[in-house]
Amino acid sequence: MSSGGKATRPGWVKALGILGELLITGAAIIGLFVLWYAFFNPWVVGLQQAQVAAEQSRQLTKELQSQKPTTAPLTQAPASPSQPSGAASEPAASQPAAPAASKAPANVPVMAEPAHVADTIGVIYVPRLGSDWRRILRESVDTDRVLNSVTAGVGHYTGTAMPGGQGNFAIAAHDIGYGNSFLNLSKLRLGDRIYVQTSLGWYTYAFRNFQFVQPDAVNVLDAVPTVSRTAGADRFITLTTCYPAVFPPLERVAAYGTFVGFDTAPPAELAPLLAKDG
Amino acid sequence: MYRAFWRILPGPVAVRVAILAVLLAAVLVALDLWVFPWMAATFVNDQATVGDAP
Repeated sequence: MSSGGKATRPGWVKALGILGELLITGAAIIGLFVLWYAFFNPWVVGLQQAQVAAEQSRQLTKELQSQKPTTAPLTQAPASPSQPSGAASEPAASQPAAPAASKAPANVPVMAEPAHVADTIGVIYVPRLGSDWRRILRESVDTDRVLNSVTAGVGHYTGTAMPGGQGNFAIAAHDIGYGNSFLNLSKLRLGDRIYVQTSLGWYTYAFRNFQFVQPDAVNVLDAVPTVSRTAGADRFITLTTCYPAVFPPLERVAAYGTFVGFDTAPPAELAPLLAKDG
Repeated sequence: MYRAFWRILPGPVAVRVAILAVLLAAVLVALDLWVFPWMAATFVNDQATVGDAP
């Protein structure tokens, strides 16, 4: 307390004091870092990711509207299975007569996989993750350019099916950190919708189940997840993120879903959110 | 260390507090922009993907 006593302190006591202050400073920085990583940065990044996703979505909608005349035959095709009124307008000779065709229309337009890392595929919406949750979906699961990027957040495993394609459409995002994109993934319930908007239209998937796997379990990305690498008529979606959220994440969680349908019009469930965009 | 720093700061207490606040804000900005991103990239295992992908 008194400045008089301080002058008589030996050098090693002063050195210990400085060391102690440095240690306290370091502890404070580490504590701040944890708060930054778990709360502040995901909040800032998440806001940016949602913002650019909203802009991208608006742009895709505009593109779709401007394309509509030219792609008219294409957009009619997926509607035909929902009209079981006898003769199909489309020649179905090239389609395999799959029994699953009733629940998954065969004539779904599928975009080609982008050639470059971080190319935009579309915008993904999962209402269960938040009523205003949406992210831009980019090609590859590159950490810096896709998963950690303020203009993305969700990445598409290169080589897996594209939205609506036969096989497995596999994507990944962070649980905690950089936008917290899949923080609430474990809250998905049976039948929850997963929507993907591309320049062609809206693809709808329904969540089915979780599987907790080791980090090297690449078979969750298989065309028929964990069963077969050969794509059949079925169309799946697989969402992966780290598990548990507490570090280190020693496992991964895979959320599986199945394809429901394709439409050029936005899904009714998203109408309130899309209306807010104007 | 911090006591010595406090003594080095010029002016009356109010001015010293003001200087400290500005310096502290600068330190926080530097942490947010450079130090924490570096720490995250260096020390945090945040892999969300399966397989060999980074």
